[in-house]
Amino acid sequence: MTIVEFLSTYWPRLLTGTGVTIVQFFLAAFLGVAISLVMGLLKLSPNRMLRGFAISYIEFFRGTSLLVQLFWIFYVLPLFGVSIDKFTAGYVAVGMNIGGYGAELVRGGILSVRKGQWEAALAINLSPAKRMWRIILPQALVNMLPAWGNLMIELLKATALVALISVPDLMFEARQINGSTFLSAQVFGTALVIYYLLARFMITPFMRWLERFMARKLGMV
Amino acid sequence: MTQSFDHPLEITGTPPPMVSFRNVCKAYGSLVVLDNLNLDINAGEMVSIIGPSGSGKTTVLRMLMTLEQINGGVIYVDGKPLTHMPKHGKLVPANQRHLRQRRVDIGMCFQHFNLFPHMTALENCMEGPVQVLGMRKPEARARCEELLEMVGMIDKKDQHPSRLSGGQQQRVAIARALAMRPKVMLFDEVTSALDPEVIGEVTEVIRKLVSEHNLTMLMVTHQMGFARDISDRVCFFYGGKIEEQGPPSQIFGNPERERTQQFLSAVREAI
Ligand SMILES: Nc1ncnc2c1ncn2[C@@H]1O[C@H](COP(=O)(O)OP(=O)(O)O)[C@@H](O)[C@H]1O
Ligand SMILES: [Mg+2]
Repeated sequence: MTIVEFLSTYWPRLLTGTGVTIVQFFLAAFLGVAISLVMGLLKLSPNRMLRGFAISYIEFFRGTSLLVQLFWIFYVLPLFGVSIDKFTAGYVAVGMNIGGYGAELVRGGILSVRKGQWEAALAINLSPAKRMWRIILPQALVNMLPAWGNLMIELLKATALVALISVPDLMFEARQINGSTFLSAQVFGTALVIYYLLARFMITPFMRWLERFMARKLGMV
Repeated sequence: MTQSFDHPLEITGTPPPMVSFRNVCKAYGSLVVLDNLNLDINAGEMVSIIGPSGSGKTTVLRMLMTLEQINGGVIYVDGKPLTHMPKHGKLVPANQRHLRQRRVDIGMCFQHFNLFPHMTALENCMEGPVQVLGMRKPEARARCEELLEMVGMIDKKDQHPSRLSGGQQQRVAIARALAMRPKVMLFDEVTSALDPEVIGEVTEVIRKLVSEHNLTMLMVTHQMGFARDISDRVCFFYGGKIEEQGPPSQIFGNPERERTQQFLSAVREAI
């Protein structure tokens, strides 16, 4: 079977799989960014309890395997009475995992803002929350966006693991097709290319655009 | 080190000094930066601080801006304690809430301007009035445009700091501080980071403030000529203490202390 024949036969399944991958990506990204922000801020909190909580979270999710975290959320949590459907379990696990890495980016971004900015914000008597939200975070965001570009590509690749709890994403469809046809080279070759194209022509250009957009919006070019 | 309970809950007097440092001590670890500082500044007075690098000049301003905690003594602003608050008839170290309440009286301009890079000149000035004082935007805009006019920056009000020269940024920073209507303005070497040809535009603004407004000002500077021109009083700092203070004519014309003489002749030779 040539690659053309292969694609003309199996493209609908590969396409729906790709669609699921994209949806998983966006949901995990949304969750991951939110967790990153919260954990990054908590890790800088003067409160030892909050800081300790963030440190534990970050250590756990960065220090253990995503696959094991995924299995925990899908197979083990139900034993404690928390049942989550596989689709949700998929992006939640990936998002929580990425949140651990993103938290460090947020923290680094905040620390990269010059001390004088904190002092000027205090000198006009802004409240601590407004200092962070209105003065520090916008600048931190610009500083950390390039690193987020890499993390988003890692996130996309990480979503492939949700196939292992039977979320019908691109990798899941590829494995199914492979199981019934044994056309391994065509199947996984195509999957490889699709992941690459998504990263190279969707995520990277979007993040570049976002970097330029933010820099311009914040007048920092 | 003097304990805070030796100090009064309030300074009486008609009127009380606008700023009063009472036995203020500051140390970083074992490095004593300010050693039992006593300094009163009256309302409307312009006081310049001069002295060698590392003598604690910046620290004085930063403590008054509440950017640094003090290790001993009390700072009063307008007769009421800034670094402390009264509790059961005694002074205890201020909490964040007290500091926020009392800091409204103080404004500060920094050596490196520290404008918010993601806001235009006007937005920089409006940030405090809108977000802190709760002013409505049109009202805040009117106040800030007036101030930008005063510092000669009205035609650049919609520019971001990255598009402004150092002198222009510093003038916006002065407007930003004034927009909060502080009673006391602090200037920490506001011309030190500027190219020589734009120093004048910033000193002109400060001159205008001195002649047209009744602000209390405390200025750290290396520009001796400027300090001599506009100060009511000059304090010469040496090793975390006020070595000598007096009217500019005395400090620059006829200093009593040997260290003051040495410092001033060293500065003159450098020019
Ligand atoms: N955050 C800090 N940590 C440790 N030492 C400091 C800190 N800030 C200032 N110092 C020290 O305090 C002394 C006084 O500093 P400063 O007030 O900035 O002096 P000046 O403004 O007169 O040059 C210097 O010896 C300086 O090294
Ligand atoms: Mg200094």
